[in-house]
Amino acid sequence: MRDVAIVAFAQTDHRRRSDELSEVEMLMPVLHQVLTRTGLQTADIGFTCSGSSDYLAGRAFSFTMALDGVGAWPPISESHVEMDGAWALYEAWVKLLTGEADTALVYAYGKSSSGEVRDVLTRQLDPYYVAPLWPDSVSLAALQAQALIDAGATDEPALAEAAARSRADATANPHAQLKGEVPRGDHVVHPLRTADCPPIGDGAAAVILAAGDRARDLCDRPAWIRGMDHRIEPHSLGVRDLTDSPSTRLAAERAGAFERRVDTAELHAPFSSQEVVLRRALNLDETVRVNPSGGALAANPVMATGLIRIGEAAARICRGESDRALAHATSGPCLQQNLVAVLEGEAHA
Amino acid sequence: MRKEPVAVIGIGQTKHVAARRDVSIAGLVREAARRALDDAELSWADIDAVVIGKAPDFFEGLMMPELYLADALGAVGKPMLRVHTAGSVGGSTALVAANLVASRVHGTVLTLAFEKQSESNAMWGLSLPIPFQQPLLAGAGGFFAPHIRAYMRRTGAPDTVGSLVAYKDRRNALKNPYAHLHEHGITLEKVQASPMLWDPIRYSETCPSSDGACAMVLTDRAGAARSPHPPAWVHGGAMRSEPTLFAGKDFVSPQAGKDCAADVYRQAGITDPRREIDAVEMYVPFSWYEPMWLENLGFSAEGEGWKLTESGVTELDGDLPVNPSGGVLSTNPIGASGMIRFAEAALQVRGQAGEHQVEGARRALGHAYGGGSQFFSMWLVGAESPAI
Repeated sequence: MRDVAIVAFAQTDHRRRSDELSEVEMLMPVLHQVLTRTGLQTADIGFTCSGSSDYLAGRAFSFTMALDGVGAWPPISESHVEMDGAWALYEAWVKLLTGEADTALVYAYGKSSSGEVRDVLTRQLDPYYVAPLWPDSVSLAALQAQALIDAGATDEPALAEAAARSRADATANPHAQLKGEVPRGDHVVHPLRTADCPPIGDGAAAVILAAGDRARDLCDRPAWIRGMDHRIEPHSLGVRDLTDSPSTRLAAERAGAFERRVDTAELHAPFSSQEVVLRRALNLDETVRVNPSGGALAANPVMATGLIRIGEAAARICRGESDRALAHATSGPCLQQNLVAVLEGEAHA
Repeated sequence: MRKEPVAVIGIGQTKHVAARRDVSIAGLVREAARRALDDAELSWADIDAVVIGKAPDFFEGLMMPELYLADALGAVGKPMLRVHTAGSVGGSTALVAANLVASRVHGTVLTLAFEKQSESNAMWGLSLPIPFQQPLLAGAGGFFAPHIRAYMRRTGAPDTVGSLVAYKDRRNALKNPYAHLHEHGITLEKVQASPMLWDPIRYSETCPSSDGACAMVLTDRAGAARSPHPPAWVHGGAMRSEPTLFAGKDFVSPQAGKDCAADVYRQAGITDPRREIDAVEMYVPFSWYEPMWLENLGFSAEGEGWKLTESGVTELDGDLPVNPSGGVLSTNPIGASGMIRFAEAALQVRGQAGEHQVEGARRALGHAYGGGSQFFSMWLVGAESPAI
């Protein structure tokens, strides 16, 4: 298999609202930053792929205008997934594996402030039997949290601890939206309190991939993708064990995550309780540094959050702070779909 | 590093109609997927991954439908990707699936595209008002009509060419059991007498709104060797995009379309598409796009596409049949329309197109476009496996 690496990553400062910016305006600085970091220009990129959602934007074909920001002239080889940008990165990785391109630009963005994101996400549910009841994303996560507590896998103080750790770590992350001491707050939906839930915010992220020697040319210490896989579970919550994540475990196994110990894990867990599920599925013990960026509890620009996990893990490798890292992204209610990437840095010369 | 050759070994479509009130969205997609699996004589367990595409989520009012459809498409425990590249999505989805095989990430992949337009109203879905942006001007026809006028002015094409295309495609559709429109009494005079919608586009020169799905099973060389029916081999595939609106854009013949075709021909070793390609399934939602794309795809010199149409070259019994299936003009479940073009091209080179089979078709082009003539995806399939 061809060696492909992440060579650059950029993200916005994530904010509660960005009324004064269009999606293109929010995205363009990030695209410029990630290109500047490699010295590449749009015309040098072999393949471009993005992730976003029309439902967040509130209009059909919302991604077409973002493409204008990329500057797709002369015409470019380009695609789009209506998913988190982590899956756009997966599509780009596959494209590079075919040998049809040596470099790829991947980006994702989302403005949750445009609508009520809890309501918007209900439109992901079975449109005939479930969506008409409008069960919102926090309520569904609360079902999962209660199932974990009932199973003895965690309790409310432990959840509070995970949330506090995330926000404390986020103080070192200049892009994070929520950081430092965040009050535990009242119950939003029992047993989840304000501190157990992600902030609502707007943001964008971009990554550049490169194959083989091209990656070494563009980056001092590329984050090599040693494996990447994603798996989906049944949609209905009634047929899943919400305390487990077999799709995460399988994706990790296929990505080679269990072959050797990872030192860092960036987990896409918008709710503190979901970190419990993911740690169990991935066999992460206390020695693994989990979400040094603060994770999704510190910034959750929906559709970009998963890509940011991969970008944060890669950036840590590029900076020499990690040698082998796991990055995880999720989609759908209660961790229905999960992606795992394993990244490695070469030994320092 | 050599790519793995990719073969199409299963194709399934639903009978496309205005409204499938008898099935849910899940029921619709499963029908097409089941037919593709039956064609390949495979079961759900033989599929390693699923790649699904459709046009905007607002068309059904369902956000990220891959989540809800995972069970119906046998994807549980497997990778599932959702592609969305506007009207070209059906083609792009097939290409993403083909790359999973070409890169050897997976051996056998199910790819599917659908639209159940009766769940909602596509015109409304396209017309949500956004500040500071040009509205689509009363649906897609309003957007494309001025570009057709520009083509007529630029080439001097007589204003009868559009109706010839519509008359041909609707007659071809009569030979395709899956086509939506079966207009048995169709005549050229009826097309020409139909109401003018967006001058110069008449009612009978536009595509219908359909419910429908199309699925394909793609596999590697080993999978193709086990195939019970002749496979179609992918000889080339590409996507190209350019911005929607900018001063240098040629809406009549976009550069992205030319570049995309050139890339596909290079991969497939095609130097003279007019002579070397036996059938074309082209994305023609408004009849005038046939002569326009004939030029854009390199089948004729610039300004000459309408002459091919007028002389009957693109008829089912002409020497470059275009849209033997009846095309988008006869069947338009938007998100699936591109994949239907790709699948119909594959049916032709497998010799399985039934009454609308082009005799002796060995190489066929599937073509799709989307946005404001902004996104292009194409593949060229052949009866022979590609040279190693």
